[in-house]
Amino acid sequence: MNKTNTYEIDKIIKPSQLMPDSTQKVEKSSVINTKNFNLWYGNHHALKDINLEMKENDVTAIIGPSGCGKSTYIKALNRMVELVPIVKTTGEINYRGRNILDTSYEVEELRTRVGMVFQKPNPFPKSIYDNIAYGPRIHGIKNKKILDEIVEKSIRGAAIWDEVKDRLNQNALGLSGGQQQRICIARCLAIEPDVILMDEPTSALDPISTLKVEELVQELKNNYSIIIVTHNMQQAARISDKTAFFLNGEVVEFDHTDTIFSTPKDQRTEDYISGRFG
Amino acid sequence: MAARVHFDHEMDAIQSDLVKLSHLCIQALENSFNALIERNHEKSQVIIEQDAVINRLEEQINDRVILVMTRQQPVAKDLRRLVVILKAAADMERVGDYAVNIAKESIRIGKKRFITSIELLEDMCFKTTEMLHEVVQAFVKEEMSQAKEIAEKDDQIDEMYGNIITHLMRLSSVAPENIAQITYLSFICSYIERCADLATNIAEYLLYLKKGQRYDLNQ
Repeated sequence: MNKTNTYEIDKIIKPSQLMPDSTQKVEKSSVINTKNFNLWYGNHHALKDINLEMKENDVTAIIGPSGCGKSTYIKALNRMVELVPIVKTTGEINYRGRNILDTSYEVEELRTRVGMVFQKPNPFPKSIYDNIAYGPRIHGIKNKKILDEIVEKSIRGAAIWDEVKDRLNQNALGLSGGQQQRICIARCLAIEPDVILMDEPTSALDPISTLKVEELVQELKNNYSIIIVTHNMQQAARISDKTAFFLNGEVVEFDHTDTIFSTPKDQRTEDYISGRFG
Repeated sequence: MAARVHFDHEMDAIQSDLVKLSHLCIQALENSFNALIERNHEKSQVIIEQDAVINRLEEQINDRVILVMTRQQPVAKDLRRLVVILKAAADMERVGDYAVNIAKESIRIGKKRFITSIELLEDMCFKTTEMLHEVVQAFVKEEMSQAKEIAEKDDQIDEMYGNIITHLMRLSSVAPENIAQITYLSFICSYIERCADLATNIAEYLLYLKKGQRYDLNQ
């Protein structure tokens, strides 16, 4: 190691504190707290000792190269990963203080609280109205007036009301990709979740639709906690409060997004966000 | 680790431009002082005219930095490096401006003999150009350990500045007929002192580049 790297300027002179410290924020309550979580696909150890705490009303971005385990992790948060039969897990994922991996935890209940939006817009081949009303109907709501209210509230919440209010009975598949994705977000909002998981929600969208979804995420964080997997570094930098960098199934660094994208502590994080690998 | 070849080449090219700009500016400062000592007005005039080259090079650096930011969207240390290069280029260009100011004062002084020895001023200018050379070298090598040494030299320059100005003020009271030359020499002294401050600024940029935090080396 050369002299420049070992020279400790801080022992001689203290840095000025001119900018507000972004790390000093109001303490928020914990929504999802992952402790020593491990996951195997058969013999493949896909997630290793994950410790991450997501806070209320935060947007947390998960970044990392393909195959690093970020999608596996997000799918573990609503136990979708269990759909893969060879999966085995250890450790804890606590949602509002309760371990969702406990066999006593009802997965239906969990998915009502922790909704998910996928990479590719996947509306049902039904009307826009029926797409949004689908979840509430499953939960037993049959009253047309209540359903109407939920549909309008959800579509407004997903910032697409003005674009679809006159064609709620038309097939959702007739919408553009960006509109379909916001309908999927509205469908997610209709079940009034607490947490929204987003797995690369804009990777199939054009720049304008991407911007609309990003703006929407900024709106939604006032009422929801959002965890978003993204391959787009600029997107993570633009919309998230905290960022976790995953590599080879491990969390290399988890910090405020300002820190991750300006002065990351780990050289591997710096190399990744600077586009030097991945 | 796959390097960003095009990006790294462009960064190297921009940094080379900064080094080139720095050498032109430091050379201009040295030449302007030599022209003063030699009372060589033609040499002073050349410095004034060649400032346009320095200005163009600084603009070229600005344009290249903005293009790289736009096209490559750098973050973290890459982004800091570009911002710091912009600031260092602006400061170096200012050194070039001070060289022009010194050249203009030299012409104003004319062919008259100096009313006092300018040996201390010469020493101050030598130390300042030395500081500027050192800070460029430190910047290229990213050698943080030199930053504090440069700041300490700036303290010496400040002391020399104080001594020279005090001496010139004393002279102005005993030889009021030479007030014009005393004023010109005072200006030159302050220009040199500012150049040393700019060298210290660049040393601070180096620390910011390396550490991502701001340091006030003059505290």
